[in-house]
Amino acid sequence: MNIIYSFGWFIFSFVVLSIVGLFVGWIDRKITARIQWRVGPPWYQNFADFIKLTGKEVLIPEGSNKFIFIFSPVLAVIASTICGSIILLVLKNSFGFGGDLILFVYLLTIPSLSIILGGSSSGNVLASVGISRELKLLLSYELPFICGIIIPALKANSTTSLIEILKFQQVNGSNILSLSGVIGFVVILIASTGKLGVVPFDLSEAETEIAGGSLIEYSGILLGFYKLTKSILLVVVPVFIVILYLGGTSITGLGSFLIFVLKYLIVVILITLIRNTNPRLRIDQALKFFWGWLTLIGITGILISLSGV
Amino acid sequence: MNLKLKALKKSLWVYHVSSGSCNNCDIEILDLLTPRFDVERFGIILAGSPRHADVLLCTGIVNKKCVERVKEVYEQTPKPCVVVAVGACACSGGIFRDGYQMAGPLDKIIPVHVYIPGCPPKPEAIIAGIVKFLKELK
Repeated sequence: MNIIYSFGWFIFSFVVLSIVGLFVGWIDRKITARIQWRVGPPWYQNFADFIKLTGKEVLIPEGSNKFIFIFSPVLAVIASTICGSIILLVLKNSFGFGGDLILFVYLLTIPSLSIILGGSSSGNVLASVGISRELKLLLSYELPFICGIIIPALKANSTTSLIEILKFQQVNGSNILSLSGVIGFVVILIASTGKLGVVPFDLSEAETEIAGGSLIEYSGILLGFYKLTKSILLVVVPVFIVILYLGGTSITGLGSFLIFVLKYLIVVILITLIRNTNPRLRIDQALKFFWGWLTLIGITGILISLSGV
Repeated sequence: MNLKLKALKKSLWVYHVSSGSCNNCDIEILDLLTPRFDVERFGIILAGSPRHADVLLCTGIVNKKCVERVKEVYEQTPKPCVVVAVGACACSGGIFRDGYQMAGPLDKIIPVHVYIPGCPPKPEAIIAGIVKFLKELK
């Protein structure tokens, strides 16, 4: 792949991921509204939000580190788009190398890290509370998340390549059809709600107590970039889960593409249901939950998958 | 009409400024977010920080302690933003107009775009006021 092609692919995946992500964000909000017996926003709501944010004034607080304050939202968008472009290439069955699973796990932490960077550069007290929570949350959900990633990697003959995991499932059936697969799916689904920062684990930007937390000083297009990152991650993380656990069809024809979209929507709806039926946890509860029960269940799953079930 | 203004009208994020109100208008504002009135169908949601807001929903007479805060919140809000005075107190002073702590009404302190009178205004009245304003906005 030459550099122009890869840059073009980056732009292409940015456009696709943003549009899909903003639209799926609407599905999430609409389902939330229906669960709460409301009507909910119209389909273009998230697009309107983003376009509005591009037109707003950008305020940079006094005493902040200007470069990091402006740079970190851009970094968040770029990192999440790179994750997404790798995922799209894997889905095209055209690209993959040993170790891209590990690269992916590293890249997925960069949006959280850039929120921490941006929040800490803004010099706000509530933002510092938010970033301390975000840091602890990052440490806590990574462990079960990695447990959930190890299980399919072990099942596919100890590979660290996403495309090998996908091909293994095309031959042997989806990972979720086995006992360890079910355990791993539940673990990674719950850990991904922490990764996406949705309600049971949205304590880093809890609007009702710390008023937006780490994003409190952001306005205008910079806030829009963070919202866009959340939308892109809402595509990337569920698709990642689909690849790891619900694979089984290659995306070539229209029929298999529709089945893939269905699987993706099922994962998104499961995350939405988790978010609507649970209250926000305190940070110590979240840490106990992630490092306690969820990691134990994840390690059990790894042991079961080692025994080949 | 340009796209950004259109988008602004479809997605108003509200920051609620209470400057010495008797809490009655604030309860009516919270009513707006309940499933019965559900302003999210117009794209209106409550923001936690004035930096995220497009609309400042101000209630209460502005008392002497609050003047500086109200000005500061207005300056912290990224422009273009809309200021809405909710309730008789914010519009004109209401029954507290001769009070010793009165420094307002609101339009003495910051520019106000929409006045919604009532003590307190019904949630329907608040929605009607915002909708009328959005029709006029160009």
